[in-house]
Amino acid sequence: MKTFIRATGNISPQETLGPGPLLQDLVIQTGNRLACIEPDYLKYIDIKFIRRMSRIIKMGTAAGMECLLEAGVKNPDAITMGTAYGCLEDTGVFLKKMLTQNEEMLTPTAFIQSTHNTIGAQIALLLQCHNYNNTFVHRGFSFESALLDAMMLLEENTVQTVLTGAADEITDASHAILSRFGLYKKEPIANTDLFASHTKGTIAGEGAAFFLLSNQPSATDYASLDAVYTFYKPAGIVEVEEHIAGLLEQQGLSLTDIDLVMEGNNGDATGDGIYYALDKTIFARHPKVYYKHLCGEYPTSTGFALWLAASIIKNKLLPFALGHSPSGDIKRILVYNHYENLHHSLMLLSAC
Amino acid sequence: MYTKSAAVYVAGVGVVSAIGNNTAACLQSLENGVAGIGPITSLDTIHKNSLPVAEVKLTNQELSEITGLPATVSRTALLGMKAAKEAWVDAGLSHLPALRTGLVSANSVGGMDKTESFFGSFIQDSQGGRLKNVVNHECGAVTELVADAVGIKHLVTTISTACSSSANSIFYGARLIKHNILDVVVAGGADALTKFTLNGFNTLQILDKEPCQPFDENRRGLNLGEGAGYVVLVSEAVAKKLKNNLYGRLSGYSNANDAHHQTASSPEGTGSYMAMRGALSLSGLEPKDISYINLHGTGTYNNDISEGTAIRRLFEPSYPKMSSTKSFTGHTLGASGGIEAVFSVLALKHGIIYPNLRLQTPMQALPFVPETVFQKNITVHHVLSNSFGFGGNCSSLIFSKL
Amino acid sequence: MTDLKRQIVEQLNLQHVKPEDIGDDQPLFVEGLGLDSIDALELIVLLQQQYNIKLNNAEDGPKVFQTVRTMADYIKKQQS
Repeated sequence: MKTFIRATGNISPQETLGPGPLLQDLVIQTGNRLACIEPDYLKYIDIKFIRRMSRIIKMGTAAGMECLLEAGVKNPDAITMGTAYGCLEDTGVFLKKMLTQNEEMLTPTAFIQSTHNTIGAQIALLLQCHNYNNTFVHRGFSFESALLDAMMLLEENTVQTVLTGAADEITDASHAILSRFGLYKKEPIANTDLFASHTKGTIAGEGAAFFLLSNQPSATDYASLDAVYTFYKPAGIVEVEEHIAGLLEQQGLSLTDIDLVMEGNNGDATGDGIYYALDKTIFARHPKVYYKHLCGEYPTSTGFALWLAASIIKNKLLPFALGHSPSGDIKRILVYNHYENLHHSLMLLSAC
Repeated sequence: MYTKSAAVYVAGVGVVSAIGNNTAACLQSLENGVAGIGPITSLDTIHKNSLPVAEVKLTNQELSEITGLPATVSRTALLGMKAAKEAWVDAGLSHLPALRTGLVSANSVGGMDKTESFFGSFIQDSQGGRLKNVVNHECGAVTELVADAVGIKHLVTTISTACSSSANSIFYGARLIKHNILDVVVAGGADALTKFTLNGFNTLQILDKEPCQPFDENRRGLNLGEGAGYVVLVSEAVAKKLKNNLYGRLSGYSNANDAHHQTASSPEGTGSYMAMRGALSLSGLEPKDISYINLHGTGTYNNDISEGTAIRRLFEPSYPKMSSTKSFTGHTLGASGGIEAVFSVLALKHGIIYPNLRLQTPMQALPFVPETVFQKNITVHHVLSNSFGFGGNCSSLIFSKL
Repeated sequence: MTDLKRQIVEQLNLQHVKPEDIGDDQPLFVEGLGLDSIDALELIVLLQQQYNIKLNNAEDGPKVFQTVRTMADYIKKQQS
């Protein structure tokens, strides 16, 4: 049974939400922290509900709602999503008050909004959707787990549509803490210059990307999502190649069937070494495209990657800003990403 | 390839809670009616003398010595490792070669117990606080400490849907087996007590200042607990090689959303009703086939009437035996589905029914009363275990005797 | 009551409501302003923080928080 990507909703540091030309003019941001371009949330959420929602919840909810609008679906048969960090702002607010006020005069709103499943739950509440609802919180596998859950549900044929998404945010506190781990570029850099830098570190990103997946084809499908595959802590480059070869074999494909490889290079000299190694071997003959200069690095960036890959297949060519389109059709894209060389994932999409 | 009818068996169990440091000890407490609820000893909090909790009676140092994890990691990881390791050993799989093994865990606030220590210094000075205390803040990081220590890497993931988290982990694991993605799944969850959670629940005014009384007319709220519970799920092919050690089959499961309010359940128990009915439907069972319901039964005014109403709607006019073991263990949040799944399969295996402690006055609105006495030599065919959480996330599991 | 209305709007983050638009006798919960149980808990903390009043019995909540006027009356009573 196939999985079709019928619609999307993507809030990111680029102009990606709603209909419009695909990445016509890239938004340039300088620094080591990208910020999402946020919509007027009142378009998606009644003002009475907005008052309690922090930024990540608004972002996730709006992206989900935009996706459902595009799909023309009022109530999906299931909702699955992934978030590595959850609702950081609310967590920080409650923690701070708890510590500075010595556990006195605390209020419930920040606490109840801090739980990781709040985004998925809020969408269900707004839609009055009583169906299956799940949230995955596993670092660089959060989104892939949600995708796998959706694909299994569709294969089980107990549902026809699943709203699946990912959302993660940057807050001042989280950026300060993650910076101390040495994750980000120390020198100022424009996102569009990310891959020219060859120094240590990347740039932080955030985003909320949602998809309406279905086991029924429709006239407006972006692409078919053929496989999602993850592997954890591979021993070295040989094992990475084995996993990629294994997935293609399982799909009855060979490397020559892949028209475009989307890689998760993030500008960090060490981490990107894995991609460079593959570019010399199994991906030597493939046209490639990167995406993290557009959305930054964060555990659920593959949500953005899926949106981009699906959009490229739908548009039948690469946006000019991302490079020259390969000669020939882009019928099949392989997305390969790793998060801190711990969480490796592959997504395979093809034209319907 | 998905096989709807593929059987999924429980081959091992592991649990650590306020009533016992392992499965045998918990069983003993359940039989003797000994609850684990008492004053706070481990958290440095202003609520120390006013809010009873259900603490695991092992220090981090002791857990470290037993599990082999460093004493400085999150208590959630230590508790998780304790129970996951017990389940893994109990399943007796190590002699079987080349099995595709996964860990699907759950927790509600990850390594928050360590983050709390960090954050105080951090808010004074953004360079303050020891980074070591936040390196495993994320829910998934805590799971990986356990996965790495047990040696599971084929598939590792974490679910967080508040109080239904580990019930969702368990049936997600079962579906991975039915889809022939995995042969074996260690599934369940863990949660340690934290000031964050204690204060958070306190702001909602749903904590009982006395030991809780689930399903009592005069109930006042819940007691927070901590612990971990895991089951080892195996496919038919694996089960065939383990005939002696099987606890039962996971025959039904369902996940529904109440969609009523962020924290309160609907009066009609919509989500609860749908979850229980969905689990029954999948298992092919009728309500009358259920021998025992392990209630979500937190002891809050709202949950118990909502869950009770859903049970009345689904089961009337005849009701199975039922009880809330949260009257023993407190509400262990992300671990509750896992811990209660272990108790459910133990009920199947040993033919026992647990009592609902401290039930003095049955709820007037309900036409049934939970059991108040421990019972043995009962034929327990099918057990329904409920886990209903914030965000309207409702899940039910059904375990069946072989 | 003007101050109280402003405090309510701030505490509950009622972005769509101006303090002067809240009627003195307008029901705050269910209909009227449409507040819910979480808001009630927030208002209890508001009483503590702004007026140093602890609501002794949580069950008094619905009565006290019925309207801005009932809240103001309760505050006056507690302060004397």
